[in-house]
Amino acid sequence: MTSQNRVNTGIVENGSVIEIEHVCKNFRDVKAVQDVSLTIKEGEFLALLGPNGAGKTTLVEMIEGLQQPVSGEIRIMNRHWHGNKDFLHRIIGISLQETRFIDKLTLRETLSLFASFYDIGQSRIDEIIELTGLGEKQKTYTENLSGGQRQRLALGIALLNKPKILLLDEPTTGLDPTSRREIWQILLDLKKHEKTTMILTTHYMEEASYLCDTIVIMDKGQILARGTLQELLSGNKTGEIIEFILEDNQEIPDYSFLPGIRKTEWDNTLRKCHLTVDEIIITLPALLEYNANKNIRAESLECRKMTLEDLFLGLTGRKLRDNE
Amino acid sequence: MNSSVLQLISIRFKEFIREPEIVFWSIIFPVAMAWVLGVAFSQRSELTQTIALVRNSPSSDTLLQGFLNSSEPITDTTSKDTVAYLKEIENDKLGKTVYRFVPVRWDTALLMIKRGETSIILKESSDSLQYYFDPKNPDAKLNYLILSGAINNEKFINETGNIQTLTRAGTRYIDYLVPGLIALGIMNSLLWGISYTLIEMRSKKLLRRMIATPMKKTQFLFSHFTARLTLSTIEASILYAFSYGYFKISVQGSIVALIMMFLAGNIFFTGISVLISSRTSNSRVGTGLINFVSMPMMILSGIFFSYHNFPDFVVPVIQKLPLTILADSIRSIFIEGAQVFDIMPDFLILTILGLILSYLGLRIFKWY
Repeated sequence: MTSQNRVNTGIVENGSVIEIEHVCKNFRDVKAVQDVSLTIKEGEFLALLGPNGAGKTTLVEMIEGLQQPVSGEIRIMNRHWHGNKDFLHRIIGISLQETRFIDKLTLRETLSLFASFYDIGQSRIDEIIELTGLGEKQKTYTENLSGGQRQRLALGIALLNKPKILLLDEPTTGLDPTSRREIWQILLDLKKHEKTTMILTTHYMEEASYLCDTIVIMDKGQILARGTLQELLSGNKTGEIIEFILEDNQEIPDYSFLPGIRKTEWDNTLRKCHLTVDEIIITLPALLEYNANKNIRAESLECRKMTLEDLFLGLTGRKLRDNE
Repeated sequence: MNSSVLQLISIRFKEFIREPEIVFWSIIFPVAMAWVLGVAFSQRSELTQTIALVRNSPSSDTLLQGFLNSSEPITDTTSKDTVAYLKEIENDKLGKTVYRFVPVRWDTALLMIKRGETSIILKESSDSLQYYFDPKNPDAKLNYLILSGAINNEKFINETGNIQTLTRAGTRYIDYLVPGLIALGIMNSLLWGISYTLIEMRSKKLLRRMIATPMKKTQFLFSHFTARLTLSTIEASILYAFSYGYFKISVQGSIVALIMMFLAGNIFFTGISVLISSRTSNSRVGTGLINFVSMPMMILSGIFFSYHNFPDFVVPVIQKLPLTILADSIRSIFIEGAQVFDIMPDFLILTILGLILSYLGLRIFKWY
């Protein structure tokens, strides 16, 4: 285990449903997952948060049994995939990134097909249709479903067998905010009424913080941090943020001497200053006084607590989503 | 059979009947092809053949002039020149052929040969009449025989009293064609129906999603085989029913032998389909692979025309192609009256090869 992985990665001795120990996976020269260890307790909702290429999908697919680790060990309900495939397939529900179904099958027929693999009857299909709110679409061919409806169908299929463990790979990527909220609501209802354990990969920090008890931040195949949202933001002593934009034709000042300053970053194009400070209440008065004395005119002043996005930026130097 | 197998088979049928294009290409197209080709090659109709006529110094007392005098001259409306002579040669056995003699210069005549506009150049010089043609071109040879006969006082035409036309069942072109189309139908149905579907399912990640359930891989593949076997049986039955009704084609050999070869064809092409679709998830690569396997056989295996027209040294190779084996066996059952014993070697070859290919395909099959 690397020193970085040790940070915030506590191994739970009892009550763990999924145990991942020193797992590595390479694709030719690319190290997709590097020495990752993780345990997930029963009923825990865990988010794997990271940008594209962080290794989230590879890690989840190894848990799903779709890929084999090069080294390390994965145990689910204290069983390995080898020799336990049928048992594990029956207790796990999965939703892959962007699964497409058979175009000319209706939504209900698609559910019936997957239900037949688990020997599940029609009443459970009715329950799933109701749970996912797809009643009006049950006779619609899957090719005519919207992206959100298709993702709800994928989630419905994942829930058909009342799984003990739910593994969802970016279930809301590419969806509009309304469709995303609909998926979240289904998952929150599940959390309230069932004892399902869930791992969800996402690059939406809002999704991770809204749905999950535990957030694991991944980048370049490694775990950078793990904890509750509160633990991550306060436990890392990440500080607070002051941001503002300088008016044109002014020299960029040096704020490093101000009290409580941790880090000063400048976006030269936008002329935007991003100050990471211990406490806003200490640094802000000194900053305003300095600007007034030096006749520095600033606009769009914003003071806020650290977010997951800031934390990720701080840990990796990159943003969560490439296009932002 | 448990419900997941039935579900898996039923989705294949639903996919089939819900795509009108697939129904057209698998059922209506082969029937239409049999009809068009059967009619085109079975009915005697009027043929027009163009002959390039090169005359250096036309004289009025030659054999050719005598022949042309009995033809219908076609004149240009503006220049009033004769641009062609039409001569109809009709025979109750060989049908009617209209010869269109076009007077041209020698270099134009050569150009017409190169462009395929004519197969013969008729050159008249002061003391002789010469025929220029490629002796390997059967069309040209036939035209030479008919024309030389007709120009030399129609002697050849009169001798056709000895010709007996073959129109009995089993000897017509359509009898040759339909068994080939049935074999071709099996190949296309299996290659496109299994390979393409599996590759598409892999590219959609549906294969990966399905394998992450307790679904049995063997059941999944069995469902594909069963569904395709049923569909290819329906396709072949419709083609046969049409051919029986319209062309009075019938199976002269053993029905059991026919069923065996049908099954062997399905097993073989299932094997090759599994192998083709075992790795790629790119449907364009898949299309290329399917064409790579099917196109040479479609052209060479004597589906539409006998492969004996190919050079002799290629024929033994063609005879070993799986589609040739299947088409020849089905044809022998249809028109030669072959029995189970006769087709047994072909049945065993295709079945065993199919099982080996299936095994190899599954060994390297990429489920996700």
